[in-house]
Amino acid sequence: MPALIDEPSVLDTIIVVDGAPIVSDKKVDALSKVLKKLFSEAGRIREDNFHMPLTAEGKTKGYVFIGFETPEQAERAIRGLNNKRLDAKHTLLVNRFTDIERYGEEADEEEEYQEPAEEEYHEQEYLREWLKEPNCADQFVLYRNETVAVCWNRRSEKPDTILSRDKWTETYVAWSPLGSYLCSVHRQGVQLWAGEGYERKQRFTHPGVQLIDFSPCENYVVTWSPEPIQMIPDDSPFRALFPFTPADEGKQIVVWNVKTGLPVRTFSATPVGAEQGPAATGPAGPGPKKISWPAFKWTSDGKYLARCVPGQQIFVYETPSLGLVDKKSIKIDGVVDFEWAPAKIAPSGGAGGKKGEHVLSFWTPEMNNQSARVTLMTVPSKEVIRTRNLFNVADCRLHWQSKGDYLCVKVVRFTKTKKSTFTNLEFFRLREKNIPIEVVELKDTVVNFAWEPAGDRLVTISTSDAPVVPGSSIAGAAAGAAAGGLGKPAAGGPGGPGPLKTFVSFYGLERVKGVNGQFRQIASEERKSANSIFWSPKGRFVVVASVGGTSNNTGEVDFWDFDYEGERKETVAGAEDVSANLVQMATGQHYQLTDVAWDPTGRYVATSASTWGRALETGYMIWDLKGSLVREEHLERFKQFLWRPRPPTLLSKEQMREVRKNLREYSRVFEQEDLAEESQASKELIAQRVRLLEEWRAWRRAVVSELEAERGGVLPLELRDSEKEDEVIEEIVEEVVEEKEEVMEG
Amino acid sequence: MRPILLKGHERPLTQLKYNKEGDLLFTTARDKVVNVYYSHNGERLGTYVGHQGALWDVEVDPTSTILITGAADNSIKLWEVRTGRCIHTWDFPTAVKVVKLNEDANMLLAVTEERMGNLGTLYVFPFVIDTSAKHAEEPIIKIVSPDSKFTKAGWSYLNKYIIAGHADGSVSQYDGKTGEFLKNVAVHDKEITDLQFAPDRTYFITASKDKTARILDTKNLKIMKTYVADAPLNTAAITPKKDYVILGGGQEARDVTTTGSRQGKFEARFYHKIFEDEIGRLKGHFGPLNHIAVHPDGTGFASGGEDGYVRLHHFDKSYFDFLYDVERIRPE
Repeated sequence: MPALIDEPSVLDTIIVVDGAPIVSDKKVDALSKVLKKLFSEAGRIREDNFHMPLTAEGKTKGYVFIGFETPEQAERAIRGLNNKRLDAKHTLLVNRFTDIERYGEEADEEEEYQEPAEEEYHEQEYLREWLKEPNCADQFVLYRNETVAVCWNRRSEKPDTILSRDKWTETYVAWSPLGSYLCSVHRQGVQLWAGEGYERKQRFTHPGVQLIDFSPCENYVVTWSPEPIQMIPDDSPFRALFPFTPADEGKQIVVWNVKTGLPVRTFSATPVGAEQGPAATGPAGPGPKKISWPAFKWTSDGKYLARCVPGQQIFVYETPSLGLVDKKSIKIDGVVDFEWAPAKIAPSGGAGGKKGEHVLSFWTPEMNNQSARVTLMTVPSKEVIRTRNLFNVADCRLHWQSKGDYLCVKVVRFTKTKKSTFTNLEFFRLREKNIPIEVVELKDTVVNFAWEPAGDRLVTISTSDAPVVPGSSIAGAAAGAAAGGLGKPAAGGPGGPGPLKTFVSFYGLERVKGVNGQFRQIASEERKSANSIFWSPKGRFVVVASVGGTSNNTGEVDFWDFDYEGERKETVAGAEDVSANLVQMATGQHYQLTDVAWDPTGRYVATSASTWGRALETGYMIWDLKGSLVREEHLERFKQFLWRPRPPTLLSKEQMREVRKNLREYSRVFEQEDLAEESQASKELIAQRVRLLEEWRAWRRAVVSELEAERGGVLPLELRDSEKEDEVIEEIVEEVVEEKEEVMEG
Repeated sequence: MRPILLKGHERPLTQLKYNKEGDLLFTTARDKVVNVYYSHNGERLGTYVGHQGALWDVEVDPTSTILITGAADNSIKLWEVRTGRCIHTWDFPTAVKVVKLNEDANMLLAVTEERMGNLGTLYVFPFVIDTSAKHAEEPIIKIVSPDSKFTKAGWSYLNKYIIAGHADGSVSQYDGKTGEFLKNVAVHDKEITDLQFAPDRTYFITASKDKTARILDTKNLKIMKTYVADAPLNTAAITPKKDYVILGGGQEARDVTTTGSRQGKFEARFYHKIFEDEIGRLKGHFGPLNHIAVHPDGTGFASGGEDGYVRLHHFDKSYFDFLYDVERIRPE
């Protein structure tokens, strides 16, 4: 041995493995066999260069020296096997022998332990200042040309610009789900801006970042870049700002902690193991190059996040460690897609409340003589609480109602000839015992579907002449809108394949004497090119629109009210017991609109036509919930309109009920305020006009008198009166106003 | 306000001109012909035939004796209004874009196009209202355009200044007697497409491809008013009697085939001259508006479009009655 150590290059081939199990003499052989095998993966271990020191009793000491043939092999072993989990208790720590020598010596030079200086406490800015606006106005961000502006919605008036910055972002902007942060996306990474002055609160260095996604509680951000992470040299001046370690090299997805600004964990774009296994067999299996975003689906409380390897398994990670739950993935043969239930659910069905668990719903297609199946599984206990077998399935989509009360599985099924498809809606009732399922069979293919938020009513868009396998792009529209417009803005939106004959159908749950009945159709209307459904965040109102920047999109926007307070309309047979009085309030038009968004309070709807969607006439319109146009603005090179989301209300149910009871009182106060504001505004306008008029007249008087003096009374030819005077024709018209005959008595 | 549709041209209109009394309307287009109409009923009185290229500008003296035209056949022609006889021709190296008389009709200003190595040039010729007079061949003033060529030009009050608009959106002021350069002011971001004076020539309005029109003080070139439109503008006119301006334009002519008329914005827009608010629009053309001329008495206007039509409007009573509350409370 000593002979070998003399050569410095040989030292580079030696690694020190720490954290190995401490075993008694009987098991030493077994352990060295295991370790040898493990480290042989990295390279060839030189003869007699596997050295495991033993105590006097013959026990191992928990560390091993291994010498490889080349320094590269040693390097590979360090990169690949450092932090390797051998079993539950033992994690291997692999280091260069030379490093230990070097840092060990330097550590010796350190004289004494020094108390680290306590960092001064900095007051954190309150991030929800905007909610204090007295009129409860909402903010929105406008991105046009190269300028991003944050504005207050002032209804029909020009929006109040709070702040406007040139080149604030390089590609697009996004709000965090509770509205605390505004994200800007740059070549170098993502920046978060917040507070009253929109100062930079955090930045995440991720070269080439394109997609971002927040956890529901804004604690984590997930970013994706098409460029795998590449380490920069240690001596580079940027190294200190570069947050990644060699272990992150080649990864494309990063999960960041918003508070610390540091990466929590990095992931490959495609989960490990996905490449080796057979390609996804499901009909909706995504192409190999296409990235599905968001890469991770979060539970509503942000505790768990999961992603799916189509055809094989679902990885469920837990925060804050971002380790796999139970340290292993859930293997599900053939799994195509999954969704989290938006709320916790008790394992036996029925009222879930706080005791329940998160529920993962996923579906598998028909394979190996097994029917297609939808499964509900609890997490973290991984118990299957309900399955449903389905036949002749072409595609499935899982639509959860926002409170997790219902799950609707939209099943596209082949007819017997397999030439065309039709749709089943399978309703799972999570709050009832044993989770009963109800099926609504439709003749048409449903291209879009949306639940009423926190309600039991829904809207579908269906077509009778859809392609056999429906384009997945259509169905994602409503989901994307619900997600608050995070992630990359859809270029062109869900551009349909041309004007299809579509039907918009409205459903509700009937209630007979307080008992839930079946889902019934309330109404169905033919609409030429409707493709997207946008529910008001508070329910009741829904907007059905034709979205897309194609030239044949005339941009109809229909406003519907499910609980019209006027005269009750006649209901369709069978839907008498559904609590709804559906009325179409208005139809608006926004040519080539590419986006529709409700403000977070459900008072206004903004429709916008963006240059990203190839719209020619770009700009935005704001409508009130009744569908009357409040404001319209055409803007050149307009790109984005995004309402700032609001965090959930802090009012208790009782307080909300109280407010609803006294609504009349409140609205009277508000109306007075509105009137006062309007008269104030018009006063200002009048004053402004008076000023303009006076200024103009004063200027004209000055100019005219100066000109007259200069002319000296001689008018130029073109201003002299013509020789021929205007002839004045006088015409006397006599008109009899009244005639009256009176007999004079005398 | 039902317009009279005048279909006397086969190509896009370029210029319209009322005579001083406003009873005649002269129109020019790219089809080499000048038409003259009775403005009250749109009846065509006659044509002036003789140019070999598209016509760019037309001017008539205040006595309606001589008509002046500038054309792409590199010439200016003088015509006897009454007979249609061509009485004189000036030839130039390039196309003539602008012909304008001063307020005394004793000087004629012309602007030639920059082409084939010839710089755009502004000429001033002496002028007499006499159909039998001999017209001077040589200009008394010749101004070669600076870096950015002249697009429009005109005379100020008392012939004090020559005002010229440029392709870069700036406006220049020259001495009207000597042609000496006085000042240049950046006004628009893009080409100036029209420059029309108020009746007393103390202020003027410019239209530009940058989608705005502006009123400037002739004396100091100060920007007095700005009117923002949503389409590139080809023309802007000031209305006498009422404090309005009329703007016209639309999607660029070359893009018209790719857009519907809905998006073309081929409307005449009315703005309040003092408050800068848009107060109305008039649809009708199915191509961009190339020129708008207002009747000298302010009783109507005519618009000529890329679509080859002239629409002749006479204002209704409501047009004259309309007043802002502020104007009503504080009459002049």
